Amino acid sequence: MRVGLFIPCYVNAVFPEVGVATCKLLDYLGADTGYPLDQTCCGQPMGNAGFENGAAGLAGHFDALFESYDYVVSPSVGCTSFVKENYPRIREREGHTCGTSGKIYEVCEFLHDILKVEKLPGRFPHKVSIHNSCHGVRKLHLSSASELNIQPFSKIKGLLSLIGGIECVEPEKTDECCGFGGMFSIEEPAVSVCMGQDKLYSHIATGADYITGADASCFMHMQGIAKREKRAIRFIHVVQILASGL
Amino acid sequence: MSEEHAKNAARFLANKEQEQWHNETLWQVRGKRDRLAMAIPEWETLREWASGIKMHTLSHLDRYLEQFAANAEANGVKVHWAKDGEEHNEIVYGILKERGVKKLVKSKSMLTEECHLNPFLISKGIDVVESDLGERILQLMDEPPSHIVMPAIHLKREEIGALFEEKLHTEKGNSDPAYLTHAARLHLRQEFLTADASMTGANFGVAATGDVVVCTNEGNADMGTSFAPLHIVSMGMEKLVPDYQSLGVFIRLLARSATGQPVTAYTSHYRKPRKGCEMHLVIVDNGRSRTMEMGDHRRTLKCIRCGACMNTCPVYRRSGGYAYTYFIPGPIGINLGMLRSAKTYAGNLSACSLCCSCNNVCPVKIDLADRIYAWRQSLDRLGKADRIKKGMSKGLKFLFSHPALYRLSLRLAPLLRYMPRFLMYNRLNGWGKGREMPEFANESFTEMWKKGKVKTHTNQRSHE
Repeated sequence: MRVGLFIPCYVNAVFPEVGVATCKLLDYLGADTGYPLDQTCCGQPMGNAGFENGAAGLAGHFDALFESYDYVVSPSVGCTSFVKENYPRIREREGHTCGTSGKIYEVCEFLHDILKVEKLPGRFPHKVSIHNSCHGVRKLHLSSASELNIQPFSKIKGLLSLIGGIECVEPEKTDECCGFGGMFSIEEPAVSVCMGQDKLYSHIATGADYITGADASCFMHMQGIAKREKRAIRFIHVVQILASGL
Repeated sequence: MSEEHAKNAARFLANKEQEQWHNETLWQVRGKRDRLAMAIPEWETLREWASGIKMHTLSHLDRYLEQFAANAEANGVKVHWAKDGEEHNEIVYGILKERGVKKLVKSKSMLTEECHLNPFLISKGIDVVESDLGERILQLMDEPPSHIVMPAIHLKREEIGALFEEKLHTEKGNSDPAYLTHAARLHLRQEFLTADASMTGANFGVAATGDVVVCTNEGNADMGTSFAPLHIVSMGMEKLVPDYQSLGVFIRLLARSATGQPVTAYTSHYRKPRKGCEMHLVIVDNGRSRTMEMGDHRRTLKCIRCGACMNTCPVYRRSGGYAYTYFIPGPIGINLGMLRSAKTYAGNLSACSLCCSCNNVCPVKIDLADRIYAWRQSLDRLGKADRIKKGMSKGLKFLFSHPALYRLSLRLAPLLRYMPRFLMYNRLNGWGKGREMPEFANESFTEMWKKGKVKTHTNQRSHE
């Protein structure tokens, strides 16, 4: 199984250890992992700002770059769902069929649904508060959305339960937005910061040592607030916990 | 690059206590909605059906409108057609004038708000009295609604106590809800008894029977229509459902979604005028048929005005209804504003973090957040794109289209850590207002990979 790794810009520059943990896991689980060096961005920032057409070239480049892989795996919920949901339309406008939207997976989704991981070494003897990011819940269905009358599930909790010693909790308003939203955080700074504070405080109120989740972009925002307000809680991506014994 | 909504929201948020109270009050309504939705095993199926019935009805609207109007006429109701708000207002005024109406008592109607009916009638000398308690409070304050179902939700009882003291001469300093409600009831009772005409909106129009269905909790619509000899209904043409069976689906969804009640206290069917009285029905287009031609945006017409999207919206709860420039706020209001006039109301498009919670609570499954995303794509064409945002997007596009340049910037990014604080945190940096900037790692992932620091079988092979 050839897996092409897509490391989005913010993970690349701010959270490289999330990329490293992703690699470790894929490697441990036997995937033949490659990292095409010419990758840049999926185009989500332009799309959300209202310039989706500006992402057309990037989508073509992305498709070509990952053409030879069976799967594309990325440790980013937002970027994965952008490719999955919007690339087919963007590519079609240019007269092409999208090659990647059907084979891209967010890493937790990939571990859970494709590799169907049942065992992992390692212990993480801490209390963690799970950050259910919006697109993880409502686009990629990593967990059941609180608004829907469906059987509750959480792929993230399922994966974390493979690790010894961990205690998972969730904040009040379990899947309310933290207020990052890409361009939203800059366009609506007052509301965005208020949402971030509320979310951060609700995570802290659980008494957890760490906030964990599948979307490090939310972390950038909440971490920025925690740092400004000198709050002690730490942030760790799910894959870092899963790879802790490797 | 602050949009209008962002500026207004910042003002609302300046009063932290009010923001928290507003946020939590509406969240409680979302909680009530959840409890009732979860109690019905077939809830998601009902939503699916409701969406399907609405799309079907909208796709055959000509047929259903004809059927509805024919049935209504056969029942003795006089049907009028209004192409826009102005025509609607003229028709209503015409009916009132002909009969020498001096006082009109109204139940809640977002459509008459959309058409600006009240100021028009008042300018013609008609005494217009809103009879929904929330609407009456706002009318006395001369303010618009801040929510479509709970119009005065932003007000605290002390404010209402003070208002009633001045307008209805209630006891000084008494803001007991039961006392104030009783005072409003006595006041409104007089208005009902002395009105010459009544007006209601319409939650649904049933094509098969010609019924107009009005859902209220206060019974005010029924008080109005039961006293006055003339009843005028103002109805948007998208309000139709085919028959009673389909109506049942919506009645089960509406109150549960709106306020977390199994059903509204009153679900009244108006089919024909009372003996010796008159009933008129004004069916309004006002841009709806144009919306039908707007591709995927036509889905917005499925809306049954329950307000659930507002209650769940994390941005609405923290910015209040008045932060939006269109009279309907929240996710549905952003969309309806764009349909009304994209150029005028584009300033609301920033009020969405694309969290998509609205999509999930919507009883008719309008993809509200995706619609907002789609509207954002049209801003540039409308000449409404923010210059800074456009510049940033162009810059990013350039950077991301040149992999070597991108890799170089990844290598140089850690140097930003040595930038003096005053250069990084100033009024130009919206991010820095309540947050520290993200800190770049010493080495990017790409750098690590290239140096063979990321151990995988593949990487090891390529570096052996």
